[in-house]
Amino acid sequence: MSNPPALHYDDADMAKLLRGVKTIAMVGASANWVRPSNFAMKYLLGKGYRVIPINPGQAGKEILGQMTYASLADAPGPIDMVDIFRASEAAGKSVDEALDVADEKGIQIIWMQLGVRNDEAAARAEAKGLTVIMDRCPKIEYGRLFGELGWSGVNSGIITSKRRKLG
Amino acid sequence: MTNDRKNPAPWEFGPETKAIHAGSQPDPVTGARNTPIYQTTSYVFDDVDHAADLFNLQTFGFIYSRLTNPTVSVLEERLASLENGRAAVAASSGHAAQFLTFFTLLEPGDEFIASRNLYGGSITQFGLSFKRLGWNCNFVDATDPENIRAAITPKTKGIFIEVLANPGGIILDLEAIVEVANEAHVPLIVDNTLATPYLLRPMDWGADIVLQSTTKFLSGHGTSLGGALIESGKFDWAKDDKFPTMTQPEPAYHGLTFYETFGDFGFTMKARAVGLRDFGPCLSPANAFYTITGIESLPARMDRHVNNAKAVAEFLEGHPKVSWVSYAGLASSPYNDLAKKYLPKGAGAVFTFGLQGGYEAGVKLVENVSLFSHLANIGDTRSLILHPASTTHRQLTDEQRDAAGAGEDVIRLSVGLETTDDLIHDLDQAMNRL
Repeated sequence: MSNPPALHYDDADMAKLLRGVKTIAMVGASANWVRPSNFAMKYLLGKGYRVIPINPGQAGKEILGQMTYASLADAPGPIDMVDIFRASEAAGKSVDEALDVADEKGIQIIWMQLGVRNDEAAARAEAKGLTVIMDRCPKIEYGRLFGELGWSGVNSGIITSKRRKLG
Repeated sequence: MTNDRKNPAPWEFGPETKAIHAGSQPDPVTGARNTPIYQTTSYVFDDVDHAADLFNLQTFGFIYSRLTNPTVSVLEERLASLENGRAAVAASSGHAAQFLTFFTLLEPGDEFIASRNLYGGSITQFGLSFKRLGWNCNFVDATDPENIRAAITPKTKGIFIEVLANPGGIILDLEAIVEVANEAHVPLIVDNTLATPYLLRPMDWGADIVLQSTTKFLSGHGTSLGGALIESGKFDWAKDDKFPTMTQPEPAYHGLTFYETFGDFGFTMKARAVGLRDFGPCLSPANAFYTITGIESLPARMDRHVNNAKAVAEFLEGHPKVSWVSYAGLASSPYNDLAKKYLPKGAGAVFTFGLQGGYEAGVKLVENVSLFSHLANIGDTRSLILHPASTTHRQLTDEQRDAAGAGEDVIRLSVGLETTDDLIHDLDQAMNRL
């Protein structure tokens, strides 16, 4: 893959988006508690989001107390955002599955995880009017925008004389 | 959501602004504008589940100040921002930060390559104490980057340099060394203490890890020991199987794989969660506070430090009792071109010079001065003087001393912020009485 241009997302837009979302379907959520997807799911649940795990291998079982579904089509709506924990190539198929049920479930946002980027799939979703974020982790972005990430010494890039707003 | 195809990159703040603001926002509850000193060992959990999440690193937050502390976090984020890095972890000293770095990087039997032009304490730490842990350091003359290339073996896991080397005067060709490191796919680690991120940001040239002894110019007033490890977030630990400590499940952390879980801040997360946890060299919140306060004036101080240093070096160069001056900011220095390339704002404020009278003259000079302070530190507001052969380097052989730039006639200065003429006058009267 040639090097695509770096992605920039506006902090204010991102914060508004994360404040607006209520339900997240997590494609590739793992039942193994040391996996990154399980970490992210647990964190997002703790922040008050409803998270629906999508994982055919775990369908009918619970992950972190949430019922798991084999596919986005099987999952109950409404779903505001689909968070994709798949390799970049496989993410295209997940995006198409989300687009197939976008109207029915009310999906408005496609989010591809840190390290996951599929510009062609993103263009298909944007053409349908969906918002797309790639190569970011909602847990890390939530922590960054609402002041928690700096607690681990991470450079949030945020410089402001306004009071820190907690999530 | 828009990206760069439709939207310009976010505003990039300058170093003077970052030195004051990065990492520090008004307190969400009280509105306190300055960073409070959170003088506390520990933090209450919301409930048992929250405690479990914190211990498992599943959420961000505070457990115990050996790992994280809100005052220390502000310093860490500020340093990461100033170095244009992704994340930082602070430690109780620069030496402790070095230990955390190599503990996170190496396994027993591994090797790393270090420039032989280093702070003397680093040479001892790497050459003797690390050896007892099975971490093997090969020292090379890095003024020729080809010497680094020639020393690389399959066991090499890192390259360590000071671009502006202590005790000063020597500057390495950073860009060429980055190329050697990239070819070998090993992280380039730069001790940036003498330059500070105000004079040089090694990550902008491609360095992967930067270390700081914050004790020196960052804290800046000789008040507080401290150190930090900063990662760029750009090194691909998973490109090959050379870095299992980052890419394999960590037995000391219930099988967590740090690179996969934390991505571009995985190295500092591991240095913190395993290194600080199990060895304990954490920075105190009070020292973090003094260091944060010091950093706020770093840009203004460094400008004056380098101006004073250059004036003192020029004076010494013309003095009859001085045989040589090793300051890269002088036009006569063989490193002047590299100084212009890498340190356009100034070649630092620490340098050495040689006295005609050798060892005896060196001992007398440090006793004759009355404004320069005779002590073993650098980067203070006060001007400092040292005769390494009779103090810090007295345990070395003549050969080792010469290789370290600490021969019998060598005097090291750390030029402070006093009135320039007063510094020159003090050295002049001290030399006239030799």
